[in-house]
Amino acid sequence: MPDKLVTRNLSAFFGKVRGIKSIDLNFSANVVTAIIGPSGCGKSTLVRCLNRMHEVVPGAHAEGQVLLDGEDIYAPGVDAVQVRRRIGMVFQKPTPFPTMSIEDNVAAGLKLNGVGLNAAERDEVVERSLRQAALWEEVKDRLRKPGNSLSGGQQQRLCVARALAVKPEVLLMDEPCSALDPISTARIEELLLELKADYTIIIVTHNMQQAARTADYTAFMYTGDLIEFGETRQIFTNPTRRETEDYITGRFG
Amino acid sequence: MDTTQPQHTNRQYEEDLRELRAGLIKMGGLVESQIAEAVDALVNRDSEKAREIIGGDAEVNRMDIECDQRCLNLLALHQPAAGDLRFITTGLKITTDLERIGDNAVNICERALELNEEPQLKPYIDIPRMAQVAQSMVKDSIDAFMRNDTVLAQEVIDRDDVVDDLQHQIYRELLSYMAEDPRTIGCATKILFVSKYLERIADHATNIAEMVVFMVNGKNIKHMDKSKSTR
Repeated sequence: MPDKLVTRNLSAFFGKVRGIKSIDLNFSANVVTAIIGPSGCGKSTLVRCLNRMHEVVPGAHAEGQVLLDGEDIYAPGVDAVQVRRRIGMVFQKPTPFPTMSIEDNVAAGLKLNGVGLNAAERDEVVERSLRQAALWEEVKDRLRKPGNSLSGGQQQRLCVARALAVKPEVLLMDEPCSALDPISTARIEELLLELKADYTIIIVTHNMQQAARTADYTAFMYTGDLIEFGETRQIFTNPTRRETEDYITGRFG
Repeated sequence: MDTTQPQHTNRQYEEDLRELRAGLIKMGGLVESQIAEAVDALVNRDSEKAREIIGGDAEVNRMDIECDQRCLNLLALHQPAAGDLRFITTGLKITTDLERIGDNAVNICERALELNEEPQLKPYIDIPRMAQVAQSMVKDSIDAFMRNDTVLAQEVIDRDDVVDDLQHQIYRELLSYMAEDPRTIGCATKILFVSKYLERIADHATNIAEMVVFMVNGKNIKHMDKSKSTR
């Protein structure tokens, strides 16, 4: 698989504190890559650098390169909003716009991006996105109900649909299942396997079994460093680094 | 599982792994002594002892089930990974090999009981030698497992040839007895069986040694050219 997203010597700072240190990682197209590691290791910071969300934090900045199809998203003149359209994100807690209807939630990204659509085109995008997020059958009869009328798992799939509506190329997911029950989690995981045919997916997770189940590749981070990166199967059966072994076998003190 | 590694944060997990390890080592010790005693019962024509060992197999079977159950619990409850996962899957396989070694010791005793009913064909010379090598292989394979020692495991694998050679030697010798006097066929065949059981025991020890290499290195060396398995 060709590399869709590549980081070169990527460091992220909070003021003077360096949160992640000179990360070189290649994310292949159409695969799921998981990032695992203990709390505070820099997983979330890393993914937030991948679509320029990190710099939204006051005092934070990133150094190094993030190449999307070979082009640096941090190059001068690159529009961060455009980057975020191409690299979508789903967060830990479901974040639908609570008072907006289900369909308005899905179309919200398009509206914010200034994409003008007529009613038919809009309906089509809403349906396509909800189908891709495996939510259509459950909500098709109540598209005008508010987003927060859905269950937590449905809300998270609604957020996936919202992210997909703007047709991103890469989907970043920062612990998308941590607030969900096992059935909803299984739905999201199944969804990942379907979505990777069309998207490059990067998922941050605390749940190692989730990484093992869903990811083709896994990166292990610790105290801001990338410790090991490899095929998920290899990482979980025979990691090369002692730190990885200790972490995935539950030996971290 | 590397014993020099830090302990698991989950103490129950740590304890369950320790119990599995201890159970396997205990089972290994038991079957190892059964081999020695079975051959003693044969060589010394001690039917009483042979019956005792046959009765002791129930304990090996109980330990087999116990180890299996421990492995299943660990897999179901702790989602083991990496070295732990290899240790547990190795445990599942080793317990089967150990149980079969126990069965082979019982088989030797059964043949001993039959042979003791008849006059001795010849003094046993190669059988005890073969038993000694096979028993040392079982012992060393368990030691290798205990200490994550791939060098010792490789020695066990290499030693299998000694047992195979001895078995061939016994076969040729018994063949000459049978050719000379067909009345010896009954006894000779039973002794031949005993040598086959010992050869199987050595094979099981070899399996265990191969699993130890897998457990430590994550590299599967089964069904490979013996001369270059761990290197």
